[in-house]
Amino acid sequence: MSLLSEPLIQRMLIVGLLVGMAAPVMGTYLVQRRMALLGDGIGHVALAGVAAGWLAGSLFDLAQQDALAIPGAVIFAIIGAVVIERMRSRGTAADIVMAILFYGGIAGGVLLIGMAGGSNANLLGYLFGSISTVTWGDVWMSAGLAALILLVGLGLRTALFTVTHDQEFARSTGLPVDALNMVVAVLAAVTITVAMRVVGVLLVSALMIVPVAIAQLLTRSFSRTMHLAMGLGAVLTITGIWITVFQDIQPGSLIVVLGVLLYVLVAAVTSLLKGVRR
Amino acid sequence: MSDPSFSADVPPSLVEARDVRVSLQGTEILHGVSLHAAAGEVVALMGGNGSGKSTFIRSIVGAVPTTAGSISLFGTPASPLARARLGYVPQRITAAGGVSATAIEVVTSGLLGARERDGRSGSRLRGLVPPRDARARAREALASVGIEDLAKRDVSRLSGGQQQRVLIARALVRKPRLLILDEPMAGVDLQSQVSFSHTMGHLKDEGVGIVVVLHELGALARHIDRAVVLEHGCVTYDGIPPKDLGVHALPGHEHEHPHTDPPTREGSSLGLEGP
Repeated sequence: MSLLSEPLIQRMLIVGLLVGMAAPVMGTYLVQRRMALLGDGIGHVALAGVAAGWLAGSLFDLAQQDALAIPGAVIFAIIGAVVIERMRSRGTAADIVMAILFYGGIAGGVLLIGMAGGSNANLLGYLFGSISTVTWGDVWMSAGLAALILLVGLGLRTALFTVTHDQEFARSTGLPVDALNMVVAVLAAVTITVAMRVVGVLLVSALMIVPVAIAQLLTRSFSRTMHLAMGLGAVLTITGIWITVFQDIQPGSLIVVLGVLLYVLVAAVTSLLKGVRR
Repeated sequence: MSDPSFSADVPPSLVEARDVRVSLQGTEILHGVSLHAAAGEVVALMGGNGSGKSTFIRSIVGAVPTTAGSISLFGTPASPLARARLGYVPQRITAAGGVSATAIEVVTSGLLGARERDGRSGSRLRGLVPPRDARARAREALASVGIEDLAKRDVSRLSGGQQQRVLIARALVRKPRLLILDEPMAGVDLQSQVSFSHTMGHLKDEGVGIVVVLHELGALARHIDRAVVLEHGCVTYDGIPPKDLGVHALPGHEHEHPHTDPPTREGSSLGLEGP
């Protein structure tokens, strides 16, 4: 138990718990809209934002060169999410939008980090996560953003469900459909920048989607899927982080692998139980 | 084609569309379509595939923008607030998401809408969050279409007719003054057709105006007061529907296909066509 009194482990577990709970909330809406890979697209744009923040840090001659990396990621991710939503609402094919974001984000990130005098190695922590470097400042920022995601994502659940489930009907009711669509896109962007610290850009979508996929195997209700996915996300993240305290393993990849293994296990058991019932 | 809405002794229209034009991707789909429906009146909107029926309905509910003409609801220009008193049942295919949802969750979503308060009590009728008695009201709506026992079932695993009844319950939970339905009978089993016919009769008696897109009058024939036929985006007929014959008997119906169904049964209590 003495490990729990270590400030670093406390910070890692708090951020892990917050991200583990918040990410599946927005993941549920993205799966509902059949845009499960949106997180990947925004994540890559966020990487360009990290590099832009790095460049700004070097231009302003800041002592800590990456001080503006996360704010840069938040700004770029939100702009990326708004652009995606605009293109989607105008009927542009989702896969084309994703491809442009993927390539534009990664190329922009590498280009900007080079201009900032850094190297691709500086981006690795953001690509694969760097939870062991979180500060108390990061914890407070994560707590604030996670609270926003949970407050809006859970508080407006029925409205966001209506818009993502049947947009045409939602419009007929007089709901502000465009504004609610934008709320989903912006909150997804915020979620990605918060989760980026834990699992990295490359695996950020997994933390949003895998718990939802597992929950879908166990319940057929939208609200129960969301609540169960939140619990699963928290348990997976905490378990992954706790294991890496004792083993020298990269936490982000471990969390995602644990999630995928749990999905396979639950899918096998539920399929077996269905066979027995027949 | 007469326009009774201009007559002083005719009740005011719940919906009145005048010379509505709609273009999609640069092509004009509707070339000046007009329609009106009063309280307690059931208007069937008919026509062949591609005639513009669904586009017209979608323009009334605000799902597609109009390029010309006017639409008024309950005597005021169509707006999100005016649509708060409208119930819409889209074609079943539109109600599908990536995450499962129960029937009661889908019906509860019908309780949201533009912010509106009760004029007398001041209590909130609609907004961004459902009211406190949302589940009770959703159950009541499911019961009104005879599927209360399916409340906790996954909608995507229900039969076509049951899914359609869930969508009708979602519209009815709003206690609408005007109900708009887009082909509610397409691919629906006979039991659900009969159930909906009874529901429509009750709504009509309560003074709800109904605009329903149909390919055939079928089980709803006895409730239809007026038929409006669209062809290539223009109204070609607006008048009393011939009973029991469906769209094939209406002026403007010119598409050709083999009629292999058995002859219509005269005097059917439901006005059903075929077996």
